[in-house]
Amino acid sequence: MRILIKGGRVIDPANRIDAQKDIYIEEGIIKKVSTSIKVNKSNVKVIDARGKVVTPGLIDMHTHLREPGREDEETIASGTRAACKGGFTSICCMPNTQPVTDNQAQVELILSKSQKEGWVNVYPIGAITKGLQGEEMSPIGELKKAGVAGITDDGKTVENSLIMRRALEYSKMFKLPVISHCEDKNLSAEGLINEGYISTILGMRGIPRQAEEVIVSRDIQLAEMTGGHLHIAHVSTEGSVGMIRRAKRMDIKVTAETAPHYFTLTDEAVKTYNTNTKMNPPLRTRKDVQAIKQGLQDGTIDCIASDHAPHLEDEKNQEYELAPFGIIGLETMLPLIITELVDKKVLTLREAIKKLTVNPAHILGLNKGTLSPGANADITIIDTKTRRKIETFESQSNNSPFIGCTLRGFAVCTIVGGRICMAEGELVAG
Amino acid sequence: MRLRDRNLLGIETLTPEEIKLILDTAVPFKEIFTRSVKKVPTLRGKTVVNLFYEPSTRTRTSFELAEKRLSADVLNISVNTSSIVKGESLIDTAKTIEAMKADFVVIRHSMAGAPHLLARTITASIINAGDGMHEHPTQALLDLFTIRDKKGKIENQNVVIVGDILHSRVARSNIWALTKMGAKVTVVGPVTLIPSHIENLKVKVAYKLDEVLPHADVIYVLRVQRERQKQHLFPSLREYSELYGIDMDRLKKCKKDVIVMHPGPMNRGIEISSEVADSNFSVITEQVTNGIAIRMAVLYLLAGGAEKVEEGE
Repeated sequence: MRILIKGGRVIDPANRIDAQKDIYIEEGIIKKVSTSIKVNKSNVKVIDARGKVVTPGLIDMHTHLREPGREDEETIASGTRAACKGGFTSICCMPNTQPVTDNQAQVELILSKSQKEGWVNVYPIGAITKGLQGEEMSPIGELKKAGVAGITDDGKTVENSLIMRRALEYSKMFKLPVISHCEDKNLSAEGLINEGYISTILGMRGIPRQAEEVIVSRDIQLAEMTGGHLHIAHVSTEGSVGMIRRAKRMDIKVTAETAPHYFTLTDEAVKTYNTNTKMNPPLRTRKDVQAIKQGLQDGTIDCIASDHAPHLEDEKNQEYELAPFGIIGLETMLPLIITELVDKKVLTLREAIKKLTVNPAHILGLNKGTLSPGANADITIIDTKTRRKIETFESQSNNSPFIGCTLRGFAVCTIVGGRICMAEGELVAG
Repeated sequence: MRLRDRNLLGIETLTPEEIKLILDTAVPFKEIFTRSVKKVPTLRGKTVVNLFYEPSTRTRTSFELAEKRLSADVLNISVNTSSIVKGESLIDTAKTIEAMKADFVVIRHSMAGAPHLLARTITASIINAGDGMHEHPTQALLDLFTIRDKKGKIENQNVVIVGDILHSRVARSNIWALTKMGAKVTVVGPVTLIPSHIENLKVKVAYKLDEVLPHADVIYVLRVQRERQKQHLFPSLREYSELYGIDMDRLKKCKKDVIVMHPGPMNRGIEISSEVADSNFSVITEQVTNGIAIRMAVLYLLAGGAEKVEEGE
């Protein structure tokens, strides 16, 4: 299939391009990026991108697909549909499925299912420790060979510092980032929301910032010691941002992501006991939101990831304490970034796109996130102007605190490996 | 004047005028108790469900008596706490109650926000009878009623709340209610039991009981749960009692007209000595009596408060 994308504002941070250009795609590969391309061939699908922004396919490096194990919440098929709708062409799925992705067979299962049923590219992330138990290292070499893009015990911290040290050392041989969910479980003490004024007046057990920060600090020291690549997942506090900033200045190999809810919402949102404000780490305070924005601005935080965590309505429609942690995010991430960061001049559109393309690709060692000729034709076209109310989702779950919000900046076309998977905002079955 | 909300979920959202309205409304209800027939027909034909997910003798019987003295039809549902996780969900229980056409649901639950979930799900008026560590609004209202009754006013009274503020819904509701009505509130207790940012609620925080007692007009003693010791919050009950227990030696250093309150049930000899509990300083039994009048007032006002409190039948 041949595709010609005409007249869009092409933003390709990897190649420092931000200009009106055409893109020509043939057999799933980007052939040419230039002004006014003319193609003298038959069967060329022309996409009019005038007034739109054309970027490398967006990458979400933190998604929970729930398959295998909780296909009632999300499947590889439904999760990748949501990704496609949200403008993502590649996603990384976390290993805390049932069973856990801690072996070659499971990685192969996810990859083969994604090939068959997936709408976008799926890169599994393997477990650091077997069964996420924090006791024995997973066969990291075997996982790498099977195709994982990183390792993590996401949802949990590797409590044993020696095992974390070994993981950071051992993973170096395979050039795999160790993605750390930073939380000292003893300090979070079964807390439900951020510890502070709001937890006090709502009478809910608090999770102090320090539950995150003591592990960020430990892991940075271990990264310095080992030279391993540490990637801090879902940064939520001012203190974490500060420590990561200092570590980067010291040339410690640390990268970091945050999720859209950490720069848009504060624990004030919990006041109605809406369980879609319950996630881990919890929503923090205004000064943390400010610090996250600052960290995004100065490059301390390399990328933005969704931490898409689907849960059933019945699971969420319970007492706050009983409801599970997590919210979906694939379909609201891009509009939240454009509405809250780009429109409010925290990031330029170009900087924002960088954090969704070349940066995560670089962290994960993926040959993605660019529009260079010869690259796979993963492309996202964004309408940065139209405002829309968030109402329904392609995801199988709808646990989002952003339902009812009017946002701007939605993906209208997603091209994965040269196949148009979404056009004019509608998914295209193929 | 009426209440703005059809539910009573907490004191936080009440205005001082609404609080005063409830207190004023409770006065004639309390008078009914002195009659030989302690019943009015105000809620005749209305159904009240007391839905208790936590064991409670005091609050449940107080509500039940208030409902019966208003001539409501009363249904008590007690759900074993252990079945919250295994058993029927709150939403399903709520729908069942809705189908029974209850007019009021009084809910006591171990988890904060449960009454709010109920209020979002069904149309009956919801009264929060204590949700986790969040609020216990009728307790605070009856406490204010008692203070006003004993001291003539609430404004400018120095109220010292002693003990486990962190886990106490009674403390939270009282702090909202007292500060809204112009009282000066000091919370005192071990650092580990004082919640984060509590000073944002316009209260003073102290750790030394003996320094704050001489100024107190009201000493409000909270129950200390034995299990807190296991959570590393204080080393032993004996040490707690030495530092924060209210006994006669301490009372001697207080104002002569100080009153001592406790929401019950008491741990005699731990947070309060028997001598104090049974002394003339203690207004604990009056709190219980006033609780019924307050709960009648709340039910009456939530029902619309249209009819006047009628003379006894």
